[in-house]
Amino acid sequence: MQDLVIPIIYLFSAVFFILGLRQLSHPRTALKGNRTASIGMLLAIVATLLNNQILDFQSIFIAILIGSAIGAILAKQVEMTSMPQLVALFNGLGGAASLLVATAEFYRVGAFPIFIFFTIVLSILIGSVTFSGSFIAFLKLQGIMKGAPIQFKGQHAFNGLLVVLVIISSIYGLLNPFSSMFLIIIGVSLLLGILFVLPIGGADMPVVISLLNSFSGLAACATGFVIQNDALIISGSLVGASGIILTDIMCKGMNRTIWNVLFAGVGSTNAITDNLQVDPMKSIKSYEPEDTVVIFENAKQVVIVPGYGLAVAQAQHMVHELQKLLEGKGVVVKYAIHPVAGRMPGHMNVLLAEANIPYDSLYDLDQINPEFEETDVTLVIGANDVVNPAARHDTNSPIFGMPILDVDKSQTVFVLKRTMNPGFAGIENELFYKDNTIMIFGDAKDTVSKLVSELK
Amino acid sequence: MSGQLLIEIYVLVLALFVGFEVISKVPPTLHTPLMSGSNAISGITIVGAILATGSMPGTISATLGMIAIILAMINVVGGFMVTGRMLRMFKK
Repeated sequence: MQDLVIPIIYLFSAVFFILGLRQLSHPRTALKGNRTASIGMLLAIVATLLNNQILDFQSIFIAILIGSAIGAILAKQVEMTSMPQLVALFNGLGGAASLLVATAEFYRVGAFPIFIFFTIVLSILIGSVTFSGSFIAFLKLQGIMKGAPIQFKGQHAFNGLLVVLVIISSIYGLLNPFSSMFLIIIGVSLLLGILFVLPIGGADMPVVISLLNSFSGLAACATGFVIQNDALIISGSLVGASGIILTDIMCKGMNRTIWNVLFAGVGSTNAITDNLQVDPMKSIKSYEPEDTVVIFENAKQVVIVPGYGLAVAQAQHMVHELQKLLEGKGVVVKYAIHPVAGRMPGHMNVLLAEANIPYDSLYDLDQINPEFEETDVTLVIGANDVVNPAARHDTNSPIFGMPILDVDKSQTVFVLKRTMNPGFAGIENELFYKDNTIMIFGDAKDTVSKLVSELK
Repeated sequence: MSGQLLIEIYVLVLALFVGFEVISKVPPTLHTPLMSGSNAISGITIVGAILATGSMPGTISATLGMIAIILAMINVVGGFMVTGRMLRMFKK
């Protein structure tokens, strides 16, 4: 009986995951989707507990309680600006869990047919890389470790050597069952994960988190082959596919290939200083917030371009005030969100949603770019490289070819900025010198609140 | 190669296709919740962890399994809860 019931429950659980993800395709149904997926998980757990091989329920329930409590605390306390770190942490834990399950299976059985052995090694390898790589990503995002790429000579050759070492120890382990060779496999894989994330710069973290997200799914998938469980294979591949799609979107948003992100170490300091040439003939215009009121009041459409700087300054609530005020005066207000704004895919949208900014006023790059020509005022807050027109025409620019928001095509551009310092990529922004650009210097939150009080 | 294995490979390939189809329809606005939610789903490893813990009490495998349950459960509960928290903020 249980041979039939359990797999059917697993099937239901997989269906719930797929339905849940499908409901995520619209903000209206997304919350329901999250619930659907969590029911899927509950079903999977219940089905597993029905297995009559299980003798010790007490340890299981204790572990479930501990894990749930920790998870709930983390989920309740995290700040929305820290979401990337939390996701990195969760990715890492998922990888570690897969690693442990594969290792437990290794201890339990010892000698395996060649294919199962192969999947165990794969599971250990992906699980370890996900775990240690996510941990480094977490440290970088949390600011415990500095974001700049850490590289050393011959790093790629050394990584190659480590991969060879994993292969050799696997073959040895296969020929000598019950040997401790897999401990070496774990150690080397953990080292690989660390070395894989260390050389990647802070600006490329969205790509890394997406990729590690994919890995955490693939690790679960490999574990599914180890314990021959379809529920793991299906769910793992769903997550794997999701991470791959997001990685691809992030890479396209920066006009880089995944290999360039992983191996080029972009963002190291020597690359920055070379590009800082300011033409002394170029001049900028700068206004005080109160000088801008007339321009805002005569506008029909205002587009706000938020960058991570806005979130750091905690200006999103003030920006929402400004939006409501302008809308009260009959001005259409839209937000333009670049794919790599924020520190992870969709991060900026969550930060704006937290300030109660309605999601239907947020526009993607493709939707908003044709609109800039009919826009009277564009307000750039804490964004820099994603609005640099050099990306369109300057073949010497490091960001040439990157899709940007064409803010320079609007009537007037206000750029809110602290100082004239260059952005994350360390590139001079020619937008600031355009005739229709006006700089407003100061803290983003202060400036926006001054704008609000002037407009009242 | 056994028949069982072949079926598993079928399942893997088909699930990957379903994944690509379903997830490419998620709008950029929801990419962060997608990530944390899919993260929670990757906690499915808990199935393996429960089997390892419960079926061989007192062995190394059971101890490893128990740690794996804790980690996977942090992933599952934390992931679904934080996703819910984010999604409740999205208003029209």
